[in-house]
Amino acid sequence: MVDITAVPAQPGMLRTFWASTNLIQKIAAIVGVSLIVLAAFAPLIAPFDPLDQSLISRLRPPLGFERYKDGFYLGTDELGRDVLSRSLYGLRLTLGLALAGASIGLLLGGTLGLLAGLKRGFTEDIIMAAVDIQIAIPFTLIALLILAIFGSSLEVMVVVLGIAGWEQYARIVRGEVRKITQMPFIEAARASGGSPRYIAIRHVLPNIVSPLVVQFTLALSNIVILESTLSFLGLGVQPPTATLGSMVGYGRDYMPTAPWMVTVPAVMIILLTFSVQITGDWLRDRADVRLRER
Amino acid sequence: MSDRPVLSVERLSVSFGRHQAVKSLSFNIGAGETLALVGESGSGKSATALSVLRLIEREGGRITDGAIRLGSDDPVDLTTLPEQALQKLRGNRISMIFQEPMTSLNPVMRIDEQLCEVLRRHQRLNRVDALKAAERALEQVRIPEPARRLRQYPHELSGGLRQRVMIAIALACRPDVLIADEPTTALDVTTQAEVLALLKSLQAELGMAVLFITHDMGVVAEIADRVAVLRHGVMEETASVEALFAAPRSEYARQLMAATPKLGQATPRPPVESNEVVLSVRGLARSFSQAGGFLKPKTVAHAVKDVSFEIRAGETLGLVGESGCGKSTLSRSLMRLIEPDGGEVILAGRNITALDQTALRAERSKVQMVFQDPFASLNPRLNVRDLITEPAYLHSGLNAAAREALAADLLDKVGLDRDAARRFPHQFSGGQRQRLCIARALSVSPKVILADEAVSALDVSTADRVTRLMCEIQESLGIAFLFISHDIAVVERMSHRIAVMYRGEIVEIGPTEQVLRAPAHPYTQRLLSAVPRPDPKARRRAPVPEAQIADLDNNAAGIGMLVSGGQLDLPGAAAGV
Repeated sequence: MVDITAVPAQPGMLRTFWASTNLIQKIAAIVGVSLIVLAAFAPLIAPFDPLDQSLISRLRPPLGFERYKDGFYLGTDELGRDVLSRSLYGLRLTLGLALAGASIGLLLGGTLGLLAGLKRGFTEDIIMAAVDIQIAIPFTLIALLILAIFGSSLEVMVVVLGIAGWEQYARIVRGEVRKITQMPFIEAARASGGSPRYIAIRHVLPNIVSPLVVQFTLALSNIVILESTLSFLGLGVQPPTATLGSMVGYGRDYMPTAPWMVTVPAVMIILLTFSVQITGDWLRDRADVRLRER
Repeated sequence: MSDRPVLSVERLSVSFGRHQAVKSLSFNIGAGETLALVGESGSGKSATALSVLRLIEREGGRITDGAIRLGSDDPVDLTTLPEQALQKLRGNRISMIFQEPMTSLNPVMRIDEQLCEVLRRHQRLNRVDALKAAERALEQVRIPEPARRLRQYPHELSGGLRQRVMIAIALACRPDVLIADEPTTALDVTTQAEVLALLKSLQAELGMAVLFITHDMGVVAEIADRVAVLRHGVMEETASVEALFAAPRSEYARQLMAATPKLGQATPRPPVESNEVVLSVRGLARSFSQAGGFLKPKTVAHAVKDVSFEIRAGETLGLVGESGCGKSTLSRSLMRLIEPDGGEVILAGRNITALDQTALRAERSKVQMVFQDPFASLNPRLNVRDLITEPAYLHSGLNAAAREALAADLLDKVGLDRDAARRFPHQFSGGQRQRLCIARALSVSPKVILADEAVSALDVSTADRVTRLMCEIQESLGIAFLFISHDIAVVERMSHRIAVMYRGEIVEIGPTEQVLRAPAHPYTQRLLSAVPRPDPKARRRAPVPEAQIADLDNNAAGIGMLVSGGQLDLPGAAAGV
């Protein structure tokens, strides 16, 4: 049994975290941070404007292949736009959309799930009925409806992606809350004189962090895919603005002749989801005091 | 008893990863003999049992050394047998009964399916023959109306009946060796007495060797021929049961015997002098109703019926009764964690039954609870400082520094290091956690502490230390305790007075001495006679009459209690309160 001393607040903390990770987690962290930096500084890093067309240099392959055109390191697309630049801008937008969407889902679903789990009765019935409805109807249909009514602007897109995942959060949170409220330590907290609100915040919430983190990471990947589906259907972010999903969607037609158009954004999506998932698992374990060093 | 052992274990070593659970353990069991494997949690009892069945690999363990030989002539070594051969042995020549009858039967399979499965696999019986054999097997374990029981699902049977079914399954193929891993620990004392008696008579009938695993010295004295005492995977002592109880050779066996509460050997604490009544309960009642369905009437179970008692300052009232008798409902109703249907609870002069939630929360500082399961009653995400000072924080809003100081003070009181304050619950053992729970209860200086099965989940020596701590705290702080337990011997040690609860009512209440030495109510008498005595000489030669087994679960829903056919005549509201 090792005594857990208070963790010193500043520089040491980062080092402690780093030391507690294994190789894969280290790789995931490096990839994740690099992607965030690339996305944040895309305007500075990108060699070209992502929308600049040059019909003479259409469908040029990346560096090292025949017909490579100088400067376009990762090739060009069917309109002669730089794939690297588009991917960087696309990453920026996709990452932003996914984070915003997953967070909205988390807040909305988490709150409603908590309410359903704690309140029971009528409140629970209403919330869970809404959850069931959303599960029963394919979400693409709902998204199409919303986008058809409100038009497809970036704001509407964020809202749509946020609504996309809330029912999963709500289900998980409600289930966890119901399980945890059965635990003796909740009864102990009531016996100690805790009010329902105090118990919900102090005792219930910290115990449902782990499944929430996992769901958040899953939702991030799902949203990237949903966004590309909507873009492909022409309802997502409108061309010529690039997102990773739409680049894969439009590039699909050129797979046999210009595979790099799909490969580059697809690899970015893979790297993004990989690092999010691994980091999520690590966070989940970190959040659980029982799994830390004994 | 033949001279060659049926099961012979030689220098068995088992390890889980780097941890060695069993170290060079050797023992023999002959036909018709019962060897009891005794030890506290973590002593390697269950690892040994699982090794004999070679189920240890499934649990992540490994047999690193030794041999396990089965059969008196032409023995086979189980440690080297391939999996297929083992499957033929399991349930056939070696069987096992598990602790938890609730979870070791498959809930979606009828009893006949579960029994026939074994018979058909090992004895190659056809459907009709297997069904007949299954019925005989249930008869053998003295289950009334076997034909009807065969068509039922596990949830329709009481705990005692389920354990009988488990035994029937285990014995269906007449095994040479029966391994019983704490088979009666989850049962009430009266049911336990019956199951033990049944096991003994079946052993006499079938002549099998029994490896009986238990932590309860009382049960050992009841059933064993020889005893092996285990500690940290090492055999401390092996002796005949008479020799062990007469004069244990090893230090650890002596400690274990001393820590085991023996009914009737503790000096009961005399009634307290104080006249200050801190908790007074009048006519408390609580029932649970189960909504009826189509063509099914609504059922109402009275968990607590018209209960009245008083506890004075500095006094411990012991509350005993079997599972389902309403003990826990009663204690929760006292704090209004469950709302009572009727009656009054007067806490330190104030009637709390009529208060609204906000006013009630303030009153809760006067009464605190210690729960049964020390692993589940502490929030795993909070550190010890926050946990044990939580009630004080909620009632008087302490700042961080005051909480720190209070935590140190409380840890001193319960005999834990002050630096425990920064740790988390998972870093403590069961006994230490229960100390933390007591510290938490003490943080608001309550008048009464309700201890609901507070030591039932602990090893005997740990339980002994925790009960001592409670007595010390009571003497120095003058707190009243309501000590709820199914273990009468522990209650005897703790209590000034005892109340006996049966089917939601208090059937007898009085000073410890009087209730235990001269029980007035027939239920109390029966309860006391069922308690296993840690003394092989006092072994019951005549176990509980079989007539009493009659239809264990044909009574009121939810309150599963053994009732013998008219032998017990229980008056409605009996015994002086």
